[in-house]
Amino acid sequence: MALSLDSHVPDGPLADKWTNYKFDLKLVAPHNRRRFTVIVVGTGLAGASAAATLGELGYNVKVFTYHDSPRRAHSIAAQGGINAAKNYKNDGDSVYRLYYDTIKGGDFRSREANTYRLAEVSVNIIDQCVAQGVPFAREYGGRLDNRSFGGAQVARTFYARGQTGQQLLLGAYQALAHQIHAGTVQLFNRMDMLDVVVEDGQACGIIARDLLTGETSRHNAHAVVLATGGYGNVYYLSTNAKACNVTATWRAHRKGAAFANPCYTQIHPTCIPPSDEFQSKLTLMSESLRNDGRIWVPKDPADCGKDPSTIPEDARDYYLERKYPSFGNLVPRDIASRNAKSAVDSGHGVGALRNGVYLDFAESINRLGEDVVRERYGNLFDMYERITDENPYKVPMRIYPATHYTMGGLWVDYNLMSNVPGLFVCGEANFSDHGANRLGASALMQGLADGYFVLPTTIAGYLATKLGTTPPPITSKAFDDAQADVDDRVKRLLSVKGTHSVDHYHRELGKIVWEYCGMARNKAGLEQALSEIPALREQYWSDVKVLGDGESYNQSLEKALRVADFMELAELKVRDALHREESCGGHFREEHQTPEGEAKRDDENFQYVAAWEWGGPDIQRDAVLNKEPLVFEDVTPSQRSYK
Amino acid sequence: MTNMLNLTLKVWRQAGPDQPGRFEEYTTTVADDASFLEMLDYVNEDLIAHDQEPIAFDHDCREGICGSCGVMIDGQAHGPQKGTATCQLHMRKFADGSHITVEPWRAAGFPLIRDLSVDRSAFDRIIESGGYISVSTGAAPEANMIPVPKDVADAAMDAAACIGCGACVAACPNSAASLFTSAKMQQLNLLPQGQAERWRRTEDMVETMEEFFGSCTNHGECQEACPKEIPIDFIAMMNRDYLKAKFANRRRGGQRKAG
Repeated sequence: MALSLDSHVPDGPLADKWTNYKFDLKLVAPHNRRRFTVIVVGTGLAGASAAATLGELGYNVKVFTYHDSPRRAHSIAAQGGINAAKNYKNDGDSVYRLYYDTIKGGDFRSREANTYRLAEVSVNIIDQCVAQGVPFAREYGGRLDNRSFGGAQVARTFYARGQTGQQLLLGAYQALAHQIHAGTVQLFNRMDMLDVVVEDGQACGIIARDLLTGETSRHNAHAVVLATGGYGNVYYLSTNAKACNVTATWRAHRKGAAFANPCYTQIHPTCIPPSDEFQSKLTLMSESLRNDGRIWVPKDPADCGKDPSTIPEDARDYYLERKYPSFGNLVPRDIASRNAKSAVDSGHGVGALRNGVYLDFAESINRLGEDVVRERYGNLFDMYERITDENPYKVPMRIYPATHYTMGGLWVDYNLMSNVPGLFVCGEANFSDHGANRLGASALMQGLADGYFVLPTTIAGYLATKLGTTPPPITSKAFDDAQADVDDRVKRLLSVKGTHSVDHYHRELGKIVWEYCGMARNKAGLEQALSEIPALREQYWSDVKVLGDGESYNQSLEKALRVADFMELAELKVRDALHREESCGGHFREEHQTPEGEAKRDDENFQYVAAWEWGGPDIQRDAVLNKEPLVFEDVTPSQRSYK
Repeated sequence: MTNMLNLTLKVWRQAGPDQPGRFEEYTTTVADDASFLEMLDYVNEDLIAHDQEPIAFDHDCREGICGSCGVMIDGQAHGPQKGTATCQLHMRKFADGSHITVEPWRAAGFPLIRDLSVDRSAFDRIIESGGYISVSTGAAPEANMIPVPKDVADAAMDAAACIGCGACVAACPNSAASLFTSAKMQQLNLLPQGQAERWRRTEDMVETMEEFFGSCTNHGECQEACPKEIPIDFIAMMNRDYLKAKFANRRRGGQRKAG
């Protein structure tokens, strides 16, 4: 059955849409807001800012996090910065330019109106964060400083040393803490959401599991907001935190929410290459390093094992500067990643395992002095040295791409509401603003745009229609069934008592997805993955070993529930990648490239959002493809050029 | 160059807050490229293979920024490397044949949950009591309206670097949380945006801190243990502000202590 996917994008000129729409939206009057309960799941940038803002507005908010404290969410690890169209540098920036860079950076696979709105509210975000006391970098005159990021020719990125995500998240967390203290927001920490409850076609609550006692509980509300992040850990090795998972959005998908563009994954070009088999995660080195670092490999593969300082200039290939002179080392992430892959695949990789390329600061240190470089990137250099035992002030860094962000996610309309009424999705968990590739410093922008400004406005339009109603009681059948299903999943995993650990299976899954659905994909490989994943999933459910019980703190059980959902999502992701017979942004199909090896889109056949509908457990057979055509009224999609 | 290390671990095991705890000894062989937490992962995989429950420990980002991880390693919070959280500590800092003792943070303000995992919610209570600037979404002025001198912004950032891991409390002989509280408070007290609530914030945060944690007697162990190397200067600044707040409040109606 085809879904009706109405984007609800308002009419009118692009620049006026959001302003006019806000006026047309129904409102909930201040004295009525306390009659509504809203559940927010997740306390990263999007969740914490949404929960705090809804609390300030006067709604009853229940916020859930599986962490011990809301402040631990993985937004905290974002390093480089946040974009905003302030044009403080007087270098020609504007809301329109940020919008254009973002939609072009996304390879014309995002929704025009959403992307424009993102650029429009970017300026308010900076105002809000500064007022909260976020210690952004300043110039000597006391004004805010900016730097450049990939895919842009202006300096519009605001930053707080190499810890921008941390500072923005703490700002949102503190606003949330204020509301918790004021009593408008109730915090449920160490609680894992394991299902969405849908009754009469509307989202009305969740089932959550207390991670310390194992007890599952029911929570009802007028609306549910998922701000639960992306699914990058489907690759096992990624720059995501260990606990990041797809369960909340996947469970919502199984309850009817369409999952859009799951094949769009961002592979970040500057991460520390893995050193061995038991490595547990990959570490990002901020894209901001590409402002001052130069990427190169030896021209002659025979030089790859040599001390880099002995390789003369003319024997080095600064391949990004050579191929993309106008953007140079600051090309968008998908392009930088693919070029690193081809350098390594063609035998030019460096390091003991020949699995990296150099990111070299020697020229900047000569030009600016070591002190300036230390002030800009000191904490990143220290982190690099701790991990690799090499001093990047003396020896070039070695970097290689790693999974970092997922542009795909639950389908949402202009209101950030999924196709299940009452179920809203914010931040990385939704699909809406970045298309097939996200520009650097735009994830923080989107999380906060959604949480502070968009969702608290649009949710009123939905809640206003519910005035005078109460959510279904937690004793209703929908809650009974959802809780029984959760309890059953827990029991089944504990009763397998097989031979291999959860991590073993997660690692095996990651190898398949990385091999066949990573930086470059082709039909044969994707088909291979589609045969291997269901087999692995079957083995998982008959062989996984989860020790301990379900009534106490059991970290293996937490992971087991998450990996079970990754096993399903992986299949849909590969299915999506197989169906999209074009290359765009981070989705690179080897069959579809230009003679220069760049991504070749097929606008005639694939200019749409692929929104998959759950059809049953045989995902490759039963998942139903729905298409939301992407209509470009303002820009004309073109072949991206960064030369 | 990767070298293999043979290690003997003595790890605190405790099934729950009301259960008896004990040290268990494990031997393992790991590459010196591994991080400390990867070494624990490795031990856990081995335990699972032998049908023994794995060691519970908190961790998440493994990049030294989320503040989830943290254990006492041979009696030192986060182990021997200065300015380094447990997840960023690598095994090359240990010699082949080392005996390593691993314990949870031990402080009355951090009740034990299981094995190496403790409850640090008291930190959230301190922030909730006043660790913010009250500005509802939408109420902010244009960002460049208030210039902040670079030195002030830098000092605020030094304080704001706190990851809330709790090493300062674990390292303190009094289990005081003064370094954490002062860092969070002084970030805001230093900035022009934070002045309106300065005295009230100071009083509320200090007094909430004292409900959970011991008193500071200037040992300075916290500064040594802090993975972000936050200096105890902020504690002096907090103490100064607290004293001022006690006098100032009588005359500043707008910043009288709540409740």
